[in-house]
Amino acid sequence: MTKHESNEPFFWILFSTGGMLAALFIPIHLLLFGLAFPLHWLAAPSYDQLMALVRMPLVRIYLFVLCALPLFHWAHRFRYTLYDGLKVKHLNELIFIFCYGGATLGSIIAAYLLWNLG
Amino acid sequence: MPVAKLEANRPKPQYTEFHPRWYRPKVSVYWWLGEWHYLKFILRELSSVFVAVFVIETLLLLNALRHGPDAYAQFLRSMQNPWVIILNVISWFFVVFHTITWFNLAPSATPVRVGGKRLPDVMVAAPAYGGWIVISAFIAWMVLR
Repeated sequence: MTKHESNEPFFWILFSTGGMLAALFIPIHLLLFGLAFPLHWLAAPSYDQLMALVRMPLVRIYLFVLCALPLFHWAHRFRYTLYDGLKVKHLNELIFIFCYGGATLGSIIAAYLLWNLG
Repeated sequence: MPVAKLEANRPKPQYTEFHPRWYRPKVSVYWWLGEWHYLKFILRELSSVFVAVFVIETLLLLNALRHGPDAYAQFLRSMQNPWVIILNVISWFFVVFHTITWFNLAPSATPVRVGGKRLPDVMVAAPAYGGWIVISAFIAWMVLR
């Protein structure tokens, strides 16, 4: 038997955890901040209210995970959409760098912003 | 004619030093447009783009919070831009599509067996929907209270 080493399982775990988080948490967030507040269905929370929430360490960890893992979920799916759907196979390395590089960059920005919130 | 005789008469496979030409039909780039199943697959995969859009909006919100109340008010105003609202309506439908397809796939991805028998798919998917409702209500309560 040949030993098969691949980092695919690692990326797949990120993909599936991120997919689960996205499925459970993003619809309500987007409904509130993307639709309900801008369209005045509900009053948007004040700055102080949101800051009180975001100052809680658990909320910060939650927001970091909510940004980072769904980005890796996007990276995995988008990579294979380009690969299988649009059949751009010759740019495989470039697509990999774009997707996972983008997800890593987004996670770093999320960590930076959350770390530096007052 | 008996089968054994047929087998004996079959010509020996010929080996060439060249690689045989594979049969690979050419597939159009738009192969997924023809059938609803394929289109659904591509739409499901594309939902990830709107997941990324949501994360970018969240990062913009966090950045506004970091800069103070005026930046937060500016953020809320920019979310009222009609184009942003259109984007968010589309995003929301895609994200909910992701949720539904994700939960419905869960029973196939992780079949749960109880006493050697596989639980019906509904029994695996239903708790996910229940959890979704509870989590959504909790987050709304945290943000709105």
